[in-house]
Amino acid sequence: MKGVAITGMGIISSIGNSVEENYISLIENKIGISRIENIPTVHADVIKVGEIKKTNEELVAELQLPENNNFSRTAMIGTLAAKQAVENAGITSINEFRTGLISATSVGGMDMTERHYYDYFEKPELVKYITCHDGGDVAEKIAEELGLKGMVTTISTACSSAANSIMLGARLIKTGKLDRVIVGGADALAKFTINGFKTLMILSDDYNKPFDNTRKGLNLGEAAAFLVLESDEIVAKQNKKVLARVSGYGNANDAFHQTASSENGEGAYLAMKKAFEVSGLKPSQIDYINVHGTATPNNDLSEGRALLRIYENEKVPDFSSTKPYTGHTLAAAAAIEAVYSVLAIQNNVVYPNLNFEIPMEEFDLTPQTTLKNKTIEHVLSNSFGFGGNCSTLIFSKS
Amino acid sequence: MSKKTYINGVGCISTQKTFDTVFLEEAVVNHNENVLAIVPPAYKEYISPAASRRMAKGVKNGIVASALAMKDANVENVDAIITGTGLGCIEDSEKFLKSILDNNEEFLTPTSFIQSTHNTVGAQIALLQQCKGYNFTYVNGAVSFESALLDAKMQIEENEANSILVGGVDENGDYTTSLFKLAGRIKKENDLPSNVLNANSTGVVYGEGASFFVLENEKKDSTYAEILDVEIKNSLEENEVEEALILFLKSNHLEITDLDAVVLGFDGNSDSDSYYRNLSENAFVKTPQLYYKHLSGAYDTASAFALWMASKILKTQEIPEIIKVNSVVKPTYNTILLYNQLNGKNHSFTLLSK
Repeated sequence: MKGVAITGMGIISSIGNSVEENYISLIENKIGISRIENIPTVHADVIKVGEIKKTNEELVAELQLPENNNFSRTAMIGTLAAKQAVENAGITSINEFRTGLISATSVGGMDMTERHYYDYFEKPELVKYITCHDGGDVAEKIAEELGLKGMVTTISTACSSAANSIMLGARLIKTGKLDRVIVGGADALAKFTINGFKTLMILSDDYNKPFDNTRKGLNLGEAAAFLVLESDEIVAKQNKKVLARVSGYGNANDAFHQTASSENGEGAYLAMKKAFEVSGLKPSQIDYINVHGTATPNNDLSEGRALLRIYENEKVPDFSSTKPYTGHTLAAAAAIEAVYSVLAIQNNVVYPNLNFEIPMEEFDLTPQTTLKNKTIEHVLSNSFGFGGNCSTLIFSKS
Repeated sequence: MSKKTYINGVGCISTQKTFDTVFLEEAVVNHNENVLAIVPPAYKEYISPAASRRMAKGVKNGIVASALAMKDANVENVDAIITGTGLGCIEDSEKFLKSILDNNEEFLTPTSFIQSTHNTVGAQIALLQQCKGYNFTYVNGAVSFESALLDAKMQIEENEANSILVGGVDENGDYTTSLFKLAGRIKKENDLPSNVLNANSTGVVYGEGASFFVLENEKKDSTYAEILDVEIKNSLEENEVEEALILFLKSNHLEITDLDAVVLGFDGNSDSDSYYRNLSENAFVKTPQLYYKHLSGAYDTASAFALWMASKILKTQEIPEIIKVNSVVKPTYNTILLYNQLNGKNHSFTLLSK
């Protein structure tokens, strides 16, 4: 199976404001984990985060938004990434073909809601932010900025959200419902999620160490990334450069617990299995796995076991988590990791799993810890979320 | 050839008595309130009291509506669960956010955070049924439910699933409701009584509810309707709707005159109800027109209530007086179109046939 063409990418994360900047950080081990600056929180001295070092004011200026705008931070970083992707794909007339936008979010415009929650009744000038709480607001804002009139929707399946938006986009192209679709996700840091993960006791006070025996938890991050998927007809007609292809996807539910993954990684296993079925590839054909690898004790154990089940008696390919660079960017995670997967294919590299020291005692799995150059034909990328939502994407060289 | 999609079971919890009833025979129109609450079912018949205490009402309503739909379709399990919700579990979101703000980020417990994620309803249904299949949650305003419906239809067409539970669910949260009043999204008390068909003020009367459907790839005794097509358009100008609609029908080899009824999303908001009025007074003058938000209230996934209504009509061939916009009738009801939008955005067309 050939897969759906990716013709453009855009990204903003704590390791860079463009695809190029992100790639340089990845290969030069430049991490984006630091102390939080843009949100006042009592946990500021305890937690480390993957924060984009731009204030909201700077983002407003960069996007040239009018003073009376009601963009949440999430909408602003989402718009930046989506605009880059559209430009990268060389799209000049957005509604020329049947074009859609599928975004992903965890908490919508929560960053504004939590900032102004009790002030709305006293300060009329803030009332404009009430409607930006909606899950769909980010996608609507991006669509408006792009002038896109067609299908727009948003997926929210916690930390697997953007994987599902990419999956839906690929299916919409494959079934011929759309000719072109911009897929991805955005999530800004918020007190809401910081405190949520804090109460679940899965935030690390140190740099996150995926798949390490002493891992203590995750660092939250913020990011946005979008990819442009196009039908083969348009690619041929416009003689477009194909960056890589979405060749497989699988979605399953762990049906185990609202926030914890099952012991044997059932959902993760099923998602990967389905992705292989869709792609027609064998597990041994995968050259690099960009694991979900959040560095929580539960995720890495469950994901590791699922990988061992998929690979049975075979060797698990080179794998790494890029979350030591960016933190866990929740609903955007699968989108930024899709960009990293495509870059791995384009540049024939496996990124290092930073901060790794000691293999986990439960199994014999060691991630790739240094940058490795090798031919990459196929990359598998995992993303799992609360609610048992498990998703796998496979990207292939065009 | 791609498989057809049938609605084989329905379940509806709404601001009307839509369970334990035949079809809206006990429905009442409430003109005097700006926020309507659901008529609660007997939760204990579906959920253990211990589990019930921990669950937000949206989750409970979703569980009951999905159980009703599955019983109606006579199925014990499904291959996939796809949910649409505009605001998600807003009560738990409010609870967690307030405790963060009130206690300066200290002394928090995770329960309300865990239950606040938008995918909680879909996840809880999967957990209860041990359904390990495809599980998506859409959160895009008034097309949240239609996104789920479109996805489900694609799954069946492409042979990715044989049976799917698809639903729309939203709950009202007190503080969010007060914010919506402040922002003008909900009608002001001074502007009551409301009139959904002849909008006399801005804002809408808010409602809440959960409507679930079992979609399958085969026709059964319990079949209500076939879903012919679903289309979502983010933005259309008022003068573009009719053309878009005609194109949509044309792609399904139909014309306006082929429609036996049209369900319009009239919501009583004078800012945008011209989208419906234009169609009502022109393109659909000779078509039986129906409406529903005077019964269900307006909320992001209210259009799932409309699908429940249209499904019932196709199966029973009866149209309750209380939902009629005009007096046009047809001898039989075979093809129904649903059109909904929200403030000029989130347009959706859903086409059903008997």
